[in-house]
Amino acid sequence: MAKNLMKGCEAIAEAAIQAGCRYFFGYPITPQNDIPEYMSARMPKIGGCFLQAESEVAAINMVYGAAGAGARVMTSSSSPGISLKMEGISYIAGAELPCVIVNMMRGGPGLGSIQASQGDYFQTTKGGGHGDYHMIAYAPASVQEAIDLMQTAFDVADKYRTPVMVLADGIIGQMMEPVEIKENTGNAPKKDWATTGWKKGERARAVVNSLYIEVEDLEEMTERLQARYRQIEKDETLVECYNTDGAEFILCAYGTVARICKTAIAQLQKQGVKAGLVRPITVWPFPAKAVHDAMCAPGVKMALCVEISAGQMIEDVRLAVNGEREIAFLGHAGSRVPTAEEIAEKVLAMRGA
Amino acid sequence: MAVVFKKTEALTDTVMHYCPGCGHGIVHRLVAEVIEEMGLQEKTVGVAPVGCAVFAYRYFNVDIQEAAHGRAPAVATGAKRVLGPDSLVFTYQGDGDLASIGTAEIVQAAHRGEKISVIFINNAIYGMTGGQMAPTTLLGQKTTTSPYGRDKELCGSPIRMSELLATIEGSAYIERTAVNSTANIIKTKKAIQKAFGAQVNRKGFSLVEVLSTCPTNWGKSPVESMDWLEEAMLPYYPLGVYKEV
Ligand code: SF4
Repeated sequence: MAKNLMKGCEAIAEAAIQAGCRYFFGYPITPQNDIPEYMSARMPKIGGCFLQAESEVAAINMVYGAAGAGARVMTSSSSPGISLKMEGISYIAGAELPCVIVNMMRGGPGLGSIQASQGDYFQTTKGGGHGDYHMIAYAPASVQEAIDLMQTAFDVADKYRTPVMVLADGIIGQMMEPVEIKENTGNAPKKDWATTGWKKGERARAVVNSLYIEVEDLEEMTERLQARYRQIEKDETLVECYNTDGAEFILCAYGTVARICKTAIAQLQKQGVKAGLVRPITVWPFPAKAVHDAMCAPGVKMALCVEISAGQMIEDVRLAVNGEREIAFLGHAGSRVPTAEEIAEKVLAMRGA
Repeated sequence: MAVVFKKTEALTDTVMHYCPGCGHGIVHRLVAEVIEEMGLQEKTVGVAPVGCAVFAYRYFNVDIQEAAHGRAPAVATGAKRVLGPDSLVFTYQGDGDLASIGTAEIVQAAHRGEKISVIFINNAIYGMTGGQMAPTTLLGQKTTTSPYGRDKELCGSPIRMSELLATIEGSAYIERTAVNSTANIIKTKKAIQKAFGAQVNRKGFSLVEVLSTCPTNWGKSPVESMDWLEEAMLPYYPLGVYKEV
């Protein structure tokens, strides 16, 4: 298939459709409205369902109901809307339902801004909703990667019966890039746990539920979830190591910021400074070993974490190196995106210091 | 030996946890009987609430989903859109769930003309959490959070959901019934048949509000509770069909 020039949000929506998603429930919020708008035009043409819910709270619960009935289903929103969905995401995790949630992060807290941000890292990776659960979260750094990860997201959600988030930012959503979207619908497993109407003898009665009133029963459920999370950490962690071999300086960043870091690395190269980047593609599970190994390699002198936040992922980076290396931070809370020049200057300043 | 009475297939054999004299057991039976009599057991997906009926998924012998507090109509919407017009999707919700935390979901489900049926239990109190004031609690009624009686100045007058929902274009069948007498129990069953019928015939949103008893939190015996329902609730919550298209 030839490459097409597509806007990030629309490419993500089409990638979901090509992955077999036929149900979309959402509520308008900037900067991700191109996703619901695209879905509202496409879904009726392909026998799917687009429904504009009355709120993000209702949308995520519609996702719950559709996932419980066995469908490939998704919703999308941006930071304040994702906060509203967190109740539902906790229930979805507890009821062991597969679904995909896209978060086009914008500045916060509160209404914040409508520009890009990475301020939802804590919310995404450390819970957000209540209880002992995790959500797999992919952080694409380009429109093509967002497309590919969208398709992975549906497969992985079905495989582990878990909510999966695609954690992007307003820049990825609005950027236009030449992309290719492959059809990928082959991996949806049979869902004999789904509530589709019960014919006795064919299977057990399906009950989609997150209530386990007896302590022992709840423990059994949470242990099942934790075992699944350990498996996910083992098999689904994704990371890119860029230019790290022989680097004296290691940057760590995800999403759009990682891309800017690559430009900074090229600028530094011209000035004779060899810098590399370790880029978590899954922010949960966090690629702790790869981050540790890149930052603590023998030739590395310094390490820097770059984010559009006041410093959130840096906590996981510090845990990963566990005191073996000092981690410096460059970032802006809110929505101001660090520039390549700013990153290169920071590296040079640290080197000179 | 000839069988003269048999429990409906649409209820499991699980012993219900409801208190003696509680109306929930009666309404569960009626809903299950209607499902069976309409031959819809294999096409039904229920949605259970948060509240005293939280364990409804243990009792209804159909595929079922347990929803978050107040969200049952949204969950039912998601399921119905996937399962299509041949399915029967119903929610079972109490007054805290439907008339307080879930008002957005119930109003908007009706507004969309969502082809789901709602069984709404109004017993004028929060049961599961131990007898707090509900939006449906009557003026002057004492609860654990209105110890001096519900005060209109402080928290307004009780909300009439059937009347409210009947004003919405997407509502196809809305009726208020009660379980205080045999005659009213029979009427409740007929109302459930009509509500399910409205869904199966793709007419729109349907709801049966059932005035029910909570002897435990009303602090009354089962018999006194039936009397209180009749004397205190019926005048404020008139029975009848509020919408039929
Ligand atoms: S607390 Fe009230 S509503 Fe709940 S089961 Fe007991 S009597 Fe019924």
